[in-house]
Amino acid sequence: MAAKTGTYTLIASNTLNSSTTSVTFSSIPSTYTDLILVMNCWQPSSTGEIQIQFNGDTGTNYSYTRLEGNHNGAESLRSSNNTKLFVGALSTSSYPTVSTVHILDYANTTTYKSSLVRHNSLYSSNVFPINTGAIAGLWRSTSAITSMTIDQYNTGDGNFASGSTFKLYGIEAGNL
Amino acid sequence: MSITSLKTGGTGLSLALDNNYMEPIATTVVGSTAVNSIIFNDIPQGYKHLQLRMFGRTTRGSGNDGANLRFNGDASASYSEHELKGSGTAVSVYGYASDVSAAHSVFATDGGYSASIFGAIVLDILDYSSINKYKTVRSLGGADNNGTGTVGGVYFDSSCWQNLTPITSIYINSPTGSNFVQYSRFSLYGIKG
Repeated sequence: MAAKTGTYTLIASNTLNSSTTSVTFSSIPSTYTDLILVMNCWQPSSTGEIQIQFNGDTGTNYSYTRLEGNHNGAESLRSSNNTKLFVGALSTSSYPTVSTVHILDYANTTTYKSSLVRHNSLYSSNVFPINTGAIAGLWRSTSAITSMTIDQYNTGDGNFASGSTFKLYGIEAGNL
Repeated sequence: MSITSLKTGGTGLSLALDNNYMEPIATTVVGSTAVNSIIFNDIPQGYKHLQLRMFGRTTRGSGNDGANLRFNGDASASYSEHELKGSGTAVSVYGYASDVSAAHSVFATDGGYSASIFGAIVLDILDYSSINKYKTVRSLGGADNNGTGTVGGVYFDSSCWQNLTPITSIYINSPTGSNFVQYSRFSLYGIKG
């Protein structure tokens, strides 16, 4: 059996040319084992929270556990039965948030979809919800992920600023 | 379950990486019979770092579980660890100076979690082939149970294997002695540098 070549392959990329309310990656191939979504983004005029919805599922099938901290201290929260998955705080005024979302075994049709998020956001006044942290996420569906839509929750003008970047990578597993 | 790498040394490395700086070394998915441990043998020495990507659930009857790591068969008290954990209701820390393995969290369990939920751990072993440094391991792990019960959490773990020997094998089992269930996956990658 031939050994596999390198992985961490760029599947799709989107750099915004104007303020945009959402970004969608569709027709995600099932040929990888894990997905990694890397976001470098901010709002034009306020702060917010980034969220993801998979396969257009608008049901209350998303939940997460958060660990985060800023200059005010550290906390851990959980939220269940949501319609989207929280994946990081969003800053503004050219203070980019960096959020990396790992989705393991995204294409299997047996298990629910677990994700790990590492996010960092900074702003000069360190206002809520700006912080650094990590998230364990769950989408209660055994469907393979074929699309994802990234938008914001209930804050500010709801746009991702021009210049924000969103990159989706695929990771192949080694030979069985 | 023991896995031997298909790659042997520098001559087995792909030359066609371009932007793909991660290279799969080996992977295993647990079949219909649960297994007590996973072993990666004959790890090639031509990379800079290693990454383990794990998707796991165990037969434990309650609570959380995780992945215990031992390197090169070393079961002596030569591992240390720190942990920062968010349970969903509280932040806590944990650590120990010397133990016989390095525990990284978190995996779901048959007894503690709803069906079909698995935990995830992405773990990096830095400078694994150095003969001048102890081996530092860091991980981000997490599992969520949709707010049910007291299980779940998101974990930052770091550990150190106090040994100057290059890592040539990795043994993984559950800290609770439970078995890894079907569909649990363990994938090892080499990172070029």
